Amino acid sequence: MPYTYNTPDDERAMLQSIGVASVQELFQSVPEEFRLQRPLDLPPALGELELTQHISALAAKNANAQQKACFLGGGSYDHFVPAVVDALASRGEFYTSYTPYQPEVSQGNLQVMFEYQSLICQLTGMDVSNASLYDGGSAVAEAVLLAMSVTGRNRVVVPASMHPEYRQILQTYFACIGGELVTVPTPSGVVSVADVAAVVNGETACVVVQHPNFFGGLEDVAALSQVAHDAGALLIHSFDPISLGVLKRPGDLGADVAVAEGQSLGTPMLFGGPYLGIMACKEQFVRRMPGRIAGQTVDRRGRRCWVLTLQTREQHIRREKATSNICTNQGLFALRAAIYLTEMGPQGLREVAELCVRKAHYAREQITSHPRFTSAFEGPTFKEFVVRDTQGRVGELIEQAADAGYLAGVPLAPWYPDLADCFLVAVTEKRTKPEIDGLVQTLATTLRNAAPRPHGAVLART
Amino acid sequence: MRNLKTSTLIFELSKPGRRGAKLPACDVPSPEINQLLPAAALAAAPPPLPEVAEPEVVRHFTNLSTLNMSVDTHFYPLGSCTMKYNSKRNERLAGLPGLAELHPYQPESSLQGILQIFYELQQFFGEISGLPAVSLQPAAGAHGELTALMVAAAHFRTIGQKRTKILAPDSAHGTNPASAKMAGFEFVTIKSTPQGNVDMDDLRAKLDDTVAVFMITNPNTLGMFDKQVGEICKLVHDHGGLIYLDGANMNAILGIARPGDFGADMMHYNPHKTFSGPHGGGGPGAGPICVTETLRPYLPCPVVEKNDDGYCLVYDNPTTIGRVRSFFGNVGVLIRAYCYISTHGPDGLKRVSETAVLNANYLLSKVKHFLPVPQGARCMHEFVASGAALKKAKGISAMDVAKRLLDYGFHAPTVYFPLTVAEAMMIEPTETESKETLDSFAEVLFRITEESGDLLHEAPHSTPISRPDEVRAARQPIIKWTPATA
Repeated sequence: MPYTYNTPDDERAMLQSIGVASVQELFQSVPEEFRLQRPLDLPPALGELELTQHISALAAKNANAQQKACFLGGGSYDHFVPAVVDALASRGEFYTSYTPYQPEVSQGNLQVMFEYQSLICQLTGMDVSNASLYDGGSAVAEAVLLAMSVTGRNRVVVPASMHPEYRQILQTYFACIGGELVTVPTPSGVVSVADVAAVVNGETACVVVQHPNFFGGLEDVAALSQVAHDAGALLIHSFDPISLGVLKRPGDLGADVAVAEGQSLGTPMLFGGPYLGIMACKEQFVRRMPGRIAGQTVDRRGRRCWVLTLQTREQHIRREKATSNICTNQGLFALRAAIYLTEMGPQGLREVAELCVRKAHYAREQITSHPRFTSAFEGPTFKEFVVRDTQGRVGELIEQAADAGYLAGVPLAPWYPDLADCFLVAVTEKRTKPEIDGLVQTLATTLRNAAPRPHGAVLART
Repeated sequence: MRNLKTSTLIFELSKPGRRGAKLPACDVPSPEINQLLPAAALAAAPPPLPEVAEPEVVRHFTNLSTLNMSVDTHFYPLGSCTMKYNSKRNERLAGLPGLAELHPYQPESSLQGILQIFYELQQFFGEISGLPAVSLQPAAGAHGELTALMVAAAHFRTIGQKRTKILAPDSAHGTNPASAKMAGFEFVTIKSTPQGNVDMDDLRAKLDDTVAVFMITNPNTLGMFDKQVGEICKLVHDHGGLIYLDGANMNAILGIARPGDFGADMMHYNPHKTFSGPHGGGGPGAGPICVTETLRPYLPCPVVEKNDDGYCLVYDNPTTIGRVRSFFGNVGVLIRAYCYISTHGPDGLKRVSETAVLNANYLLSKVKHFLPVPQGARCMHEFVASGAALKKAKGISAMDVAKRLLDYGFHAPTVYFPLTVAEAMMIEPTETESKETLDSFAEVLFRITEESGDLLHEAPHSTPISRPDEVRAARQPIIKWTPATA
């Protein structure tokens, strides 16, 4: 039932004050011909207990990462979330407030936005950050639109080693606005700087590179940014926030715009969202940046405080001339990231990153020491790597590993036909040696005696 | 009891060597990092994040939270934002490990519960809107608008029509024109009448076969149901165009009227408004869209379908516009919407709208005597009062009134929107407020109109800060903390 207060007496008094006889009379402006003459065809209302039982039963039909060791990555990761993140972010004053239109009663949210922006700048080495976008994929799209707007050019160069869904989002946006997406093949798992240089020209708005890339490999961002800059184009670096515990920062590698999926920073996997789109850039582009930004100022008594600022970029003022149609940020997840980064600190973040590298390295070595499996690519990786199943039965392997308690990897067939016999394995700091050894054991033995299943193919994710 | 030292920045609390989290020792045999990764890629030191102990983290953010007004603590009649009660049961359920600890690339066989939720939610949204084809993927209302306009563009490409324009009234949310531009269209503004309805003459004058979509918010941003909507839809359809309904105001018509029945071809929901997702200090929201069967082929992929083996994600649609967001969308918000709809059922949802409209009209009946409401004596779920007379008589602006309300413990209405009403105050009480709260709010609002201009120009007086200098913030932007130079 609705969460309402009105008693029949209240309702009578209210109708009298309005001067109508019934609630129905209030809907007179809705033409009769458009009134729904029947109840909505929806299931009957459930009380809290029934709802809890219903949802719990549905949740129990899923296999979750607390039940099965999760080695899945590709942009969503099973990283550890400290208890303080949930405890603080679930406070109603954060949770049930909205965009800080009235700064006097929103200093909590505004200061968090300002601290988040500052933390992202410290993390990335970039000049300025907004207060977040929807997710990593739309952040890439917004960064590309920024680059096209700044340069007045519409050619965008992207290696195939960038997240395929991020590239799909770009294609979707480009179908409407006429951008030209040039995808550079990455047969070795990382892009060749020379291959990029060969397609970057005077029409190029930006080079977009993911580092560590979709396969976990390390790209030469500094060299690619040189290539982009030599052509008057921007370099957009899509990064993994956790990797910056050990790797050089986008700002140190020459990036003009740095974007990321921020889910790793204190948010559970949530089947893909809501997440956090991180976006930071060089100072000169700040007035082209989409999304909310909090700024420091003083109040009428000279006290330091925070407000939404640079709003002339935004749709509610500029309408069709705005830098983007984005209205809200992902405030709650920017808050979670701020709490996470604060709780971790520099040493904690380094430890998380080091554990990822070392455990992923160990897992890769162990899996590929089995004769059935090889590394698809040479070269160092951060926390992910691509395994080739020489028997080419990836779909079955993944299904059966799940039955044995392991979410073993992401099949690459849907996006990369030439990697149809490969899967992507991610190892976070949460994975223990027994879990990794167990995965290796499972992969090595699961299909030894199994007959191939005829319908084991994975559907294309086009 | 509020801690008054709360505005220290977390960076100012940092002290080298302090730390919060500590991670376990590495339990696998492996070389050092510098033997695993090339030196050129490695940073000399980790990023210069603040160094604080966990108790400080907790105190810092807890104290910050107390500087916010929120639905859990205050009446929050922020028009157009539908700040209704966010039920705690939905929070607990959305956090169940069987929903929150799922990876988007798990095998489908391990996702049957959550896929069932989405399959049913697609049906719920289709039934409530009267538009049967649903995509849950867009991440926010504005993202839903953009996605739907891309769907429209794909439709016209497919049928070989070159249509370049999107029309919307001047009272529309700013996202409408901005989305139109991002979808590659030219945007044309249509005038509204003083009642906030579409100016039919202006629409007729600007409507031709280059118009792809007319975007309409109905109930509109003045809180009125535009009775001309049937005529508008017919007119646009006669010219071969499509109707997009901005679903921001669906809280007024659940179970009462369906956009698909009054002629819309496409719409988005704001589930964080209508279906009670917490607003999270500015997000997340979600922006699922519903369209007609004709437009179904263009929806983003994946969508959830049901076959003999159970529920599945369908990707292989050759006519799709593609993908607008990674993975599946803002799942957590959608689960809360599913819980909300399940809690209410058909009668409960209708009751939500009836009560929202009753509460708004009741408040209107109290307020209109001292703050004129230009569009008249009735409204749907919200109304827009004008402070123009007050400003003329006493020099008191809508902003002054908004700021003074904060002193009395009420969040302010939306002010200066829509742009078509002078000194606009857009008030949306929602269904989850009591008559006592509405009475008290109306009384305070009246008292404020009687107060002196001097008092109001400097309001609020009781908040931690008052009247921040926004011009200075924009002219000399300081948008991050900078370490003091040694």
